[in-house]
Amino acid sequence: MEKKIKNTVEDGHGFRSVCYRLWKENKVAVFCALLIVIFALAAICAPLLTPYGYDEIVTDTYRLSQPSLAHPLGTDEVGRDVFTRLLYGARISLMVGIVPTIISMIVGALLGIIAGFVGGKADAVIMRLADIMLAFPSMLLAMVIMYTLGDGIINIFLALALVNWASVARIVRAETLKLKETEYVEAARSIGVSKWKIMMRHILPNCIPSLIVLFTLNIPSAILSESALGFLGLGIEKPMASWGLMVNTGRQYLYTNPWLSLAPSAAIMLVVLAFNFLGDGLRDVLDPHLKNQ
Amino acid sequence: MKNTTLLVEHLSASFFTGRGEIKAVNDVSITVPRRSIIGIVGESGCGKSMTARSIMRLLKYPGKIVGGSIRLMGKELTALTDAEMANVRGEEISMIFQEPMTSLNPVMKVGKQVQEAILLHRKITKKEAKEEVLRMFREVGISEPEKRYNCYPHELSGGLRQRIMIAMAMICRPKLLIADEPTTALDVTVEAQILELMKGLRDTVDTSIVLISHNLGVIAEVCDYVYVMYAGQIVEQADTFTLFEDPRHPYTKGLMASVKSLEDKNTVLETIHGTVPNLLELPEGCAFSPRCGEVCENCRQAQSLIEVAPNHLVRCYASKEVQHG
Repeated sequence: MEKKIKNTVEDGHGFRSVCYRLWKENKVAVFCALLIVIFALAAICAPLLTPYGYDEIVTDTYRLSQPSLAHPLGTDEVGRDVFTRLLYGARISLMVGIVPTIISMIVGALLGIIAGFVGGKADAVIMRLADIMLAFPSMLLAMVIMYTLGDGIINIFLALALVNWASVARIVRAETLKLKETEYVEAARSIGVSKWKIMMRHILPNCIPSLIVLFTLNIPSAILSESALGFLGLGIEKPMASWGLMVNTGRQYLYTNPWLSLAPSAAIMLVVLAFNFLGDGLRDVLDPHLKNQ
Repeated sequence: MKNTTLLVEHLSASFFTGRGEIKAVNDVSITVPRRSIIGIVGESGCGKSMTARSIMRLLKYPGKIVGGSIRLMGKELTALTDAEMANVRGEEISMIFQEPMTSLNPVMKVGKQVQEAILLHRKITKKEAKEEVLRMFREVGISEPEKRYNCYPHELSGGLRQRIMIAMAMICRPKLLIADEPTTALDVTVEAQILELMKGLRDTVDTSIVLISHNLGVIAEVCDYVYVMYAGQIVEQADTFTLFEDPRHPYTKGLMASVKSLEDKNTVLETIHGTVPNLLELPEGCAFSPRCGEVCENCRQAQSLIEVAPNHLVRCYASKEVQHG
């Protein structure tokens, strides 16, 4: 009876214990998390870090200026400060990475859990819909949606969420099928817990580790999609700054002013890699199949 | 009838698979008097757990109740809708499972899980519910209930988890508790404690218990009346003393013989030859006949339960003759 209660920092799923184990097992992932925080802070504090506005033409005589103290990354073809646009672009990229991913996670998780738990017709309908979404080239679908709805950040959110929910639903459904056979779900049913409550209180919380990993791995793909859309000239309303858009416009001056394209490319690469490494690290720590059994 | 908690009559449940209907529970009748502990014993796959799940109406697809009636305190459970049945579960009838390691949600504090059970059925505040949970924790012998309340299942031992499960099942003071091999996964000292606890709760909470086990020792320890199941059917039923003193069905005799007693040293442990038959290809007549040592022509006919003594029924035509001969 008088067993000493184990130290939960070693094997829990709480925030502190996850951080602790991440630091112990995968330091790269922790640095990546820090890098993401730095990017996020830079995006939020953009007006404090730069004296210019993102659409302010700072030089009227010499538009494509070389890097200087006043303009660390030079100015672009209309004479706007590239560093400033990079900072403001981080806002768009991070937002586009996170918001549609959250929407697609919520929608996908709900549909997946219903499909897996209820089964039968609901399962068939939801999963065939997901199959259709997955069979369609996602980039093409996003482009079609953007063409139809027009530019604008809300439309990007919609397009990317619509493209991504299906894979989330598939994974959550698989997880639900596994979890609904567990004895604790049966135990919950044996004390009279309703179906909906079982889904929300017993199955969903047990999917969270997978969802967190999926979240960190879906963010970079959303950022890349937005960059690709921006590169193709779709996406946010000009003159707002987006990294993909900046790569595209800088392309023409690649030989004379390479930083116009390279700076946003490097930013995209860094953020995407950081999210990917963090996702990998979290998967090692959170996935019960790899560690807890 | 007033003193009967559960009356199961001619219950049949089947799995409908691509290869045909599997009669996992075949014409089972069980009576559970008030405040009694009833045992159901049998090998793996004989339909014990299926019977329990049928009573709870927790059969999983493609399993289905195909006939019979289940009356709990006079209320017909087979006629209830799913929502009505969910209200009965936990409130009037509840169940504990074999594996205390996996029967608790790993990401929920155990106190919350037990609290969920009472909040579902009683209109009380969370604070009152917590008080009730702590009281129940004390009742099932959990030391330091305040501390355990905030524990996650992985922080607790197997015996403690089973106590939590019992607290969860008993918190609404149900009329009937079905325990499906509650001590199989526990070591013997903890097993004895849990059995003691269940016997105690039967008296304090006024609950009847259906105990499912393959362990004859456990059955002998706590049960008042025992049903022996084989291939989905009840093959013998008697009060515990009679069953162990005077088993009539060859299968029951075989079960008794395959328990090692302390008296006969150095003898080879008896076994029953063969395995439980495939329920899709049941032999003609008596299901036990292919493994039975006393098989004869008459065994090819279907057997019915014969009353060999008051309250002692045996599904073997030979049992009657033995008595007379």
